[in-house]
Amino acid sequence: MSHYTLLHALIGGILIGLASLLATVLSGKVPGISGVFGRLLVSTTPDKTWRAIFLLGLIAGAAVSFAFWPIAALYRPMRPLVITAIAGLLVGFGTRLGGGCTSGHGVCGVGTADRTSTVATFIFVGVAMLTVFIYNYATR
Amino acid sequence: MNFTKQFLILVAGGLFGIGLAVSGMTDPARVIGFLDIFGRWDPALLFVMMGAVATYGIGMVILRRFPNRQIHLPPITASPIDWRLVTGATIFGIGWGLGGFCPGPSIANLGALRMESLLFVPAMAVGMWTAQRFLRADR
Repeated sequence: MSHYTLLHALIGGILIGLASLLATVLSGKVPGISGVFGRLLVSTTPDKTWRAIFLLGLIAGAAVSFAFWPIAALYRPMRPLVITAIAGLLVGFGTRLGGGCTSGHGVCGVGTADRTSTVATFIFVGVAMLTVFIYNYATR
Repeated sequence: MNFTKQFLILVAGGLFGIGLAVSGMTDPARVIGFLDIFGRWDPALLFVMMGAVATYGIGMVILRRFPNRQIHLPPITASPIDWRLVTGATIFGIGWGLGGFCPGPSIANLGALRMESLLFVPAMAVGMWTAQRFLRADR
């Protein structure tokens, strides 16, 4: 397969689901990326080792994919760097206040039919869609 | 955590990174394309979520159905739908739509040393640290 199809999306999604499942079994925690990363920044977190190894694996897995698979390497930045940095601040603050991101609330929470996570997922997807609409309108 | 478990958690992280990259979720244009419902909508992110949610959901049903003494699953807790959840999800949504990155893809893009993630990830760490430090948002 030399060009991107929705099958890539589906297969990638299944891999993310399997990875989350494996991390859940090994850590005994819900392995949302924002929680895995955010708790590395708290000095009292007792289980930093698996968190760091998991994230290093994530970076390595992506790096290998970028190197060997042109489809995976496709990268089209859409925003000025200043906007990107502000977005990073908001994503960090919001995910920790709300207790999860696209993986913790979205994949693990929705996957286990958790009501709270499902509400959170609908809110952040809806707000993100509205934000893109406003951004496009303001910068057109 | 013993060596075997550490190796397996590295494999889990690796699979996650491959999944993000193969599914195109490390490409901000594809993510923003999904969020742009009034423009040229790209359904890819929906298919990624369907694959991931179904796989994780079915796996967890099986794991809970057949308990194993070696495996400690996270307890099922009913966390409240409160101001923290709503405010946090809203702020995250604004950031996600603004930048086109959520935490996983931003960290995965460090694997190609992309300028956006080299800025985004430290900024995200500052945001997380602030929430955790001042709002005790460490649940």
